[in-house]
Amino acid sequence: MSEQNLPQPSPLKLSASTAGVMLLFTLVFTGLMAGTYELTRDTIAASAEAEQLRLINEILPPAGYDNALLQDVKILGSTPELGLPKGGKVWRARKAGQPAALVFETVAPDGYAGAVRLVIAVSADGTLGGVRVTEHHETPGLGDYIDPKKDKNKAEPWIAQFVGKTLTTLPLERWKVKKDGGDFVYRTGATISARAVTNAVARTVAYAHAQRDALYQ
Amino acid sequence: MATQNLKDIFWNGVWKQNTGLAQLLGLCPILAVSTNLVNGVSLGLATIAAMAMSNAVVSALRNFIPYEIRIPVFILIIAALVTVLDLAFNAYLHDLYLVLGIFVPLIVTNCIVLARVEAFAAKNSPLASTIDGIGMGVGLVLVLATLGGVRELIGTGALFAGIEMVIPGTHAIQILPADYPGFLFAILPPGAFITLACLIAARNWFEARKGSAKPVEAAGCAPAAH
Repeated sequence: MSEQNLPQPSPLKLSASTAGVMLLFTLVFTGLMAGTYELTRDTIAASAEAEQLRLINEILPPAGYDNALLQDVKILGSTPELGLPKGGKVWRARKAGQPAALVFETVAPDGYAGAVRLVIAVSADGTLGGVRVTEHHETPGLGDYIDPKKDKNKAEPWIAQFVGKTLTTLPLERWKVKKDGGDFVYRTGATISARAVTNAVARTVAYAHAQRDALYQ
Repeated sequence: MATQNLKDIFWNGVWKQNTGLAQLLGLCPILAVSTNLVNGVSLGLATIAAMAMSNAVVSALRNFIPYEIRIPVFILIIAALVTVLDLAFNAYLHDLYLVLGIFVPLIVTNCIVLARVEAFAAKNSPLASTIDGIGMGVGLVLVLATLGGVRELIGTGALFAGIEMVIPGTHAIQILPADYPGFLFAILPPGAFITLACLIAARNWFEARKGSAKPVEAAGCAPAAH
């Protein structure tokens, strides 16, 4: 590894030339990344939106509303109740002009490996339409059953237990995993993922109940 | 002669210097991701692409990279190529990206990519370097598939969980009886260490039986493990 026997340029010259080469490489490869980003940005945004609409369709049947859902959006300010300290969006579904359902993008900040992003549909009468995970970093094969695509139990995915629940039949203090004294099951070895999602769903349902009229305005 | 050489380079990556079983490099992603067969193979395939690309590009540019700053330049090249791969996956193969997505950025942290660039691509032709990258990647896929398959089978009694996201219309296969209670230990991190240890032992036993009873080659001056 030594090059002591070779004639060396002066240290100053050597540093200047290596720094120059490093700068050149940095510029070229940063340019490559920036170019790819520009080239793919619109395609990525379109796929992400299509994916979002597909997920919303799973928890809110398209027959239940007749407005352009993704356009009927209310921008929220800082809403810690939904895990959105920097604000977020709520989509309003309406049928013949009457409120039909709200679709929240809630964040559960306390997943096992960082934040878990959810979409949650709550119908106008307070019934939970369903919950889907849009982004998570839970352990593959362990905590990732919160995403029904990764859930091994296809017939009865874990996330399906929220469908149809309402605050009138289930008081708020029981919207917890069974380990915390609530009503919702979780799977052994990965309580934290299930707890994070369940608590975020509970906060969202409570928020939807309290803010219902304001949110449809 | 030349093709013989390329064959040797490939075989070297797949078996003789297998990253998981002989060089013991890049173990962090191997152990973390091999919870089931589909995850393991998916990470392996993404790694093949990243290693072949990094090796080819570094080899093509090797005469322009000053010796003193080669490591930062290598890291820059690998990180840039993996980012490009990640963006391209996200844009053009979105369904596959939803499956592989979390694994692709992990490849940057895999020291086996840097190790092969430093130990091989910096000294050899682009063709040989690409073959080396693919060979090392194939070796990694074999280890990840075995590790993931064994852990999934012992842990859950089934194989191919999650395959429907890669190939729509297919589904997981229940191998053991449906009332198999599962063995969570195999899926948790200790299961990864124990299964990998068994694989390394099996490889060493096989090599020793061949008569060439030489100890596992150490990784040389490369970092020990990530």
